[in-house]
Amino acid sequence: MTSRSDPSSTAPDEAVARIHREEWGRLLSLLVARTRRLDLAEDALGEAFARAAAQWRRDGVPASPAAWLYTTAHRHVVGQVRREVVAGRKAPLLVLRGEWAPAAADPDDLPDERLHLVLLCCHPALPEASRSALALRLVIGTTSEQIARLFLVPPATMAARLTRAKRKIMLAGIPLGAPVGVELRARLDGVCRTIYLAFTAGYAPATGDDLLRADLAGDAVELAAVLHRVTPDSPQVRALYALVLLQHARRDARVGTDGGLVPLADQDRTRWRHDEIGVALRLLDDMAPADGYAEELRLQALIAAEHARVPTAAGTDWTAIAARYAELEALSRSAIVRLNRAVAVAEAQDPRAGLALLVGLDDLLGDDHRLHAVRGELAFRAGRFRVAEASFRAAVDRCGNTVERAHLGTRLAAVVQSAAEAGRAHGERT
Amino acid sequence: MKYFVLLAGFGELGSWDDLGPEGQEAAMQAHGAFDEACATRPDVEILSAEALGDGATATTLRTRGGDLIITDGPFAEVAEQIGGYYLVDAPDLDTVIELCRILPAYDIEIRPVLDGP
Repeated sequence: MTSRSDPSSTAPDEAVARIHREEWGRLLSLLVARTRRLDLAEDALGEAFARAAAQWRRDGVPASPAAWLYTTAHRHVVGQVRREVVAGRKAPLLVLRGEWAPAAADPDDLPDERLHLVLLCCHPALPEASRSALALRLVIGTTSEQIARLFLVPPATMAARLTRAKRKIMLAGIPLGAPVGVELRARLDGVCRTIYLAFTAGYAPATGDDLLRADLAGDAVELAAVLHRVTPDSPQVRALYALVLLQHARRDARVGTDGGLVPLADQDRTRWRHDEIGVALRLLDDMAPADGYAEELRLQALIAAEHARVPTAAGTDWTAIAARYAELEALSRSAIVRLNRAVAVAEAQDPRAGLALLVGLDDLLGDDHRLHAVRGELAFRAGRFRVAEASFRAAVDRCGNTVERAHLGTRLAAVVQSAAEAGRAHGERT
Repeated sequence: MKYFVLLAGFGELGSWDDLGPEGQEAAMQAHGAFDEACATRPDVEILSAEALGDGATATTLRTRGGDLIITDGPFAEVAEQIGGYYLVDAPDLDTVIELCRILPAYDIEIRPVLDGP
């Protein structure tokens, strides 16, 4: 496969990276279920991967790499526990739900317990800011430093957040094991919200110079993929997975060669990942209308699908998109949805119809640069330069992202120029 | 594990008086149903449960600069509404949350009781 000069070292490295990607969450969930030590299991599995990298390079990749890693990590936990006993320390154990017990024995032959791990990480008794971080760390194996970069917090802050969350799980007795009945559906809704939040943190961050951290948004997509694999019948999970796939498929076209933001209309659609779009469209085709949060996600995904289906921006069916947004607004009553609906209506009808839908949003979104940016853009197109200029100024003042602010500044300059030209033309006429 | 379940406030219920005779009767029945649900679960036991006097009957002690300061009323205004507590032995937090759904719609705080050394 590889043409590099030293396959004996690169092949094991690739194997370690691949197995880390594919098996981390499954191995960790099994280790956690069997040792009931969240803290030790995570460290031990990290240690096992580090050891694999060194040893496999020397001895070659073992026949069953996952089993090798599991056994190594498990032995490490057992050794740590023994040392604690000798030192007279007693650490609290993770609670396993009574009606649910982990299967034992051969890790190659074990069921997938990642659903339980995701539900544990996203438990509503944990602080919201910790849930997705913990899920990325434990289920996907994203490092604490990477998660800090995703959420734009200092690495020490993120490390402390993860430690506190694990401590609460142990001390408060948050159990590993499936919740039942109404609780499961509510909990899955919560998990989907959490994953979508993590995804958007990487996709459209509000601050910083780093416009798009596609690699880390990709970890959130992977989390959605894992969840879909382990709960294929959950409508909210299916819709979430389709939605993030569709949005993530645009990642290469979203940032220009100059590092600037490329708006949807100007993106080179040949650079979209059409294989991923295909997967998402198939997920949506098979999906019946749902209700509650699942339906909100499905409608959002259908809107993204409208964009994904057409080869050029000019072919966009804005009437269909505006109708989906109207449905979504009725369901979610969200001001942001109304803002997006205004954009769609402006495209489907005219800018003035869009502007009319923005009336009343200032109370809810007055501090959000997006409201002012949209109003500026629609007013600009409607030829209302004074409103456009004031709105773009308000948007620039409120936007925390350097790259996005630069884009807004360019639009502001264009409005000022157009207004001046219109003024001159007006002056010439009079 | 042992859990301290603090009935911290009446929330949307307003207050005990707001409930009226019928509402109070329903609330008492809910407490009864909670006791029963705990009793039918082999892994759950109510170790202690009491209703407490209202905030006006509370006395707060604070030590400041070595001096004990005694004041009338609860330690914080938000503690005014604390109505009582349960001390419950249960296998995990989810079990306690599930059982608390049976209680009247109080605002409730759950804390684990720490294991001894």
